[in-house]
Amino acid sequence: MAHDSLYAAPPSGADTEREAGRLAGLRGALGTWDGAIVAVLVVAVLLASLSVQNFATGRNVQFLLLDLVPLALLALPMTLIVITGEIDLSVASVVGLSSTLMGQMWLSSGLSLELICVLVVLIGGVLGAVNGLFVTGFGLPSLAVTIGTLALYRGLSFVVLGDQAVADFPAGWTAAAVQTIPGTSIPAAVVPVLLLALVFGVVLHATPVGRALYAMGNNDEAATFAGVSVARTKFWLFVVSGVVGGLVGIFWTLRYASARGDNATGLELTVVTAVLLGGVSIFGGRGGLLGVVAGVLLLGVLRNALQLADVDANALTIVTGTLLIVSVVLPNAVADVRARLHRRRRRAQLGAS
Amino acid sequence: MSRYRGLRAGATAFTLAALLLGSTACGGTTRENSGNDSGGGAQASGAANPDAKLKEGLKIAFLPKQVNNPYFTTSDNGGKEAVTEIKGEFKEVGPSEASASSQVSYINTLSQQGMDVIVTSANDPNAICGALNQAKTAGAKIVTFDSDTKPECRQIFVNQVTAEGIAENQVKLISQQIGGEGEVAILSATANATNQNAWIALMKEELKKPEYSKIKLVTVAYGNDEDQKSFQETQGLLQSYPNLKGIISPTTVGVAAAARYLSGSQYKGKVKLTGLGTPNQMREYVKDGTVDAFALWNPADLGYLAAYAGAALASGQITGAEGDKFTAGKLGEFTVGKDGIVVLGPPTVFDKSNIDQFKF
Repeated sequence: MAHDSLYAAPPSGADTEREAGRLAGLRGALGTWDGAIVAVLVVAVLLASLSVQNFATGRNVQFLLLDLVPLALLALPMTLIVITGEIDLSVASVVGLSSTLMGQMWLSSGLSLELICVLVVLIGGVLGAVNGLFVTGFGLPSLAVTIGTLALYRGLSFVVLGDQAVADFPAGWTAAAVQTIPGTSIPAAVVPVLLLALVFGVVLHATPVGRALYAMGNNDEAATFAGVSVARTKFWLFVVSGVVGGLVGIFWTLRYASARGDNATGLELTVVTAVLLGGVSIFGGRGGLLGVVAGVLLLGVLRNALQLADVDANALTIVTGTLLIVSVVLPNAVADVRARLHRRRRRAQLGAS
Repeated sequence: MSRYRGLRAGATAFTLAALLLGSTACGGTTRENSGNDSGGGAQASGAANPDAKLKEGLKIAFLPKQVNNPYFTTSDNGGKEAVTEIKGEFKEVGPSEASASSQVSYINTLSQQGMDVIVTSANDPNAICGALNQAKTAGAKIVTFDSDTKPECRQIFVNQVTAEGIAENQVKLISQQIGGEGEVAILSATANATNQNAWIALMKEELKKPEYSKIKLVTVAYGNDEDQKSFQETQGLLQSYPNLKGIISPTTVGVAAAARYLSGSQYKGKVKLTGLGTPNQMREYVKDGTVDAFALWNPADLGYLAAYAGAALASGQITGAEGDKFTAGKLGEFTVGKDGIVVLGPPTVFDKSNIDQFKF
C-alpha cells in the first residue's frame, strides 16, 4: 500500500517524535470532537424530551426522521469530498434538476416510473461528473466550480418545468416515500439511509480508499507521490455526490408529491453545516462519519424542538448560522491550543534536560 | 493499483444506488396505467349545526407562504384580530423562504401541538397535502386562504376575489376616471397568463353593458410582468393611440411600471391609469396625482375572514359543504360555495383618502 507510507514513513531524529506527538494531538482532538458531538446530541434529545411538549412522541419522531432523509443522504458524499479538501455546493441544485427532470419525463415521455428513476440517477451522476471534470480535468477550485453549477443546475431546473409543478405521481409511490416500518413510527426510508451510511463509513474508515482521502486532504502532492490517483478519486467522488443528489431528487419528489424547480433550494448550506458540525475540517484531512451522522441528527433535533417550542423562523436561521461558525472555529481552536501546549511542554522538557 | 481504487469506490456506490432503486421497483408503472385519484371536491363529514356557538379558547394557527412578507404580515394581523374577538389563542409560524416544501415541517409541528385550526396559504397545491391530511386526522380543521391546495386537502378555501369581481371593478374604475367615454387599453402580464386572460375576457363582456357603450377597448398589450417591458409597452401605447384616455393594468408589476412612466411624462393626470396594485408600490403615484384609484383585495380582511371560517368549522357551525352559512364578525355573513370556497368579496379600492391606512 504505497500511500500508507504517508503515515508510516519515519522522518529522522527528534522531528519524528514531535511529528508523532502532533499527529496524536490531532487524532485526540478529532476523537473528542466525535465524542463531544454525540454527547451534545444525547443531551439535546434528553433536554427536548423533558422540556418540549410533544417532542418525544412516535409521530414527532416520524416527522423528524422523514425531514432528515435528504440531509443525511447528501451529507454522506459531502463528508468524503470535504475530507479531501474539496466541496460540492451544487448538491441541492442537482436535487432540484433531478426532480424537475423526473417530473418532465413522467409528464411527457410515457416511460415507466422505474425507468425514469434509473435515468434520473444516471443523470445525477452525469451532473456530478461535470463538476468532477472541471475540478480535476481543468484543475479549478471546487468552490468556484460548484458555485457555478449551483446556479447553472438551478437555472436549468426552471427551464425544464418553468414555474409549473408536476404532481400526478401514482399514489402508491408517494405513499411509499413516507411509509413507516410496520409496527413502528420509524420511516422506512431510514433503512436505505443507514445502509448507505454504513457503506460510506466502511469505505472511509476501513479501506485504503478512505486513507487515501485523508491523505489528499492533508497534502495533495504528498498523496500523489505516495501513489494515490488524486484526480481520478476526486472525479469519482463528485460522480457519487451527483448520484446521491439524483436519489434525493427522486425521494424529494415523491415525498412531497411535487416536482418543482425550487425543490431543495438552499439545502446545500444545511448539508455543509451538518458535515462541519460533525467535526469534518473545512480544510480537509480531518473528521469522521460517526460525527457527521450525529451532526445531522443534532441539526434535525434542534430544528424540530425549537419549532415545537414556537421559536420563530428567523431565530432558527440564526441558530443554524451560529452552529456553522462554531463548528468551523472550535475544532481548529482546539487543535491549535493542543499544539501550543504540546510545544510548550516540549520546550520545558528540553530546558530541563 | 491505487489508481483504480477511486474508480472502484464510485462503481460500488453506483451499483448500490441502482440496487436500492431496483428493490423499490415492482412492475412497470407508467403514467397511463397509474390510477390517479384526482378530482373530488372538499369532503364534508357530519352535519353542520348553524346555531352552534363559536367555541372559546380555540387554538388557531396561521401558516403563511413566508414570514417577514408585508402582505402576509397584514393578513395574519387580520386573523389575529378575529381570533382575539372570539377569545381564541392566535399563533403565527412559517418558513423564512417561500419554498414549496418548507411548510411541511411547520404543518407537522402544528398538528403535534394539537391545533384546532390551521390557516395556511399554500406554496404548492400538492406538496403540503400529505401533511395537511395528517393534521386533519389529528383533529385540526384546515382553511386555506390566498393560495389554495387541492380541494380534498382542506375544508375551506377563502378566495380573495372572483374573476367576475375583478372585471366589474376594473371596468367601473376606469369608466369613473375617464368620465364614461373614450379609448382605453389593457396592459396585461404575459399573453398566456391564465388568470389575466380570464379577467380580460370578462372585462370585454362587461364593456358590452349599455352604461359603458361609449368606451372603446383599442388593444391589449403585454408587459410580461417585467418592469422594463411594461414601462416600454406603456410608452408604446401612448404613441400608437394618441386619443387614449385610460389604461387598465390588472397586474401589480404592470400598473406600477405604467404609473412610473406616466408620472414622468406629459400625459400625467391626463391619461388615467387603474389596475391591481399594492398600496406600497402605488402610494407615491396616488399622492402625486398620476393615479386616482386602483384596487386589490384587503389582505387584513382576508385573514380575518379565514380565522372566522376556521372557528366556524371547529365549532361545528359549518362543515365546508356548499350552502353552509356563517357570520364573520364585522364582515357579516358568508355562504360556502362549490368545492368549499368562500369568496371575500369585491376588491378594495385604494385612493388618496384611504391609502395611508394600508401598509403592504
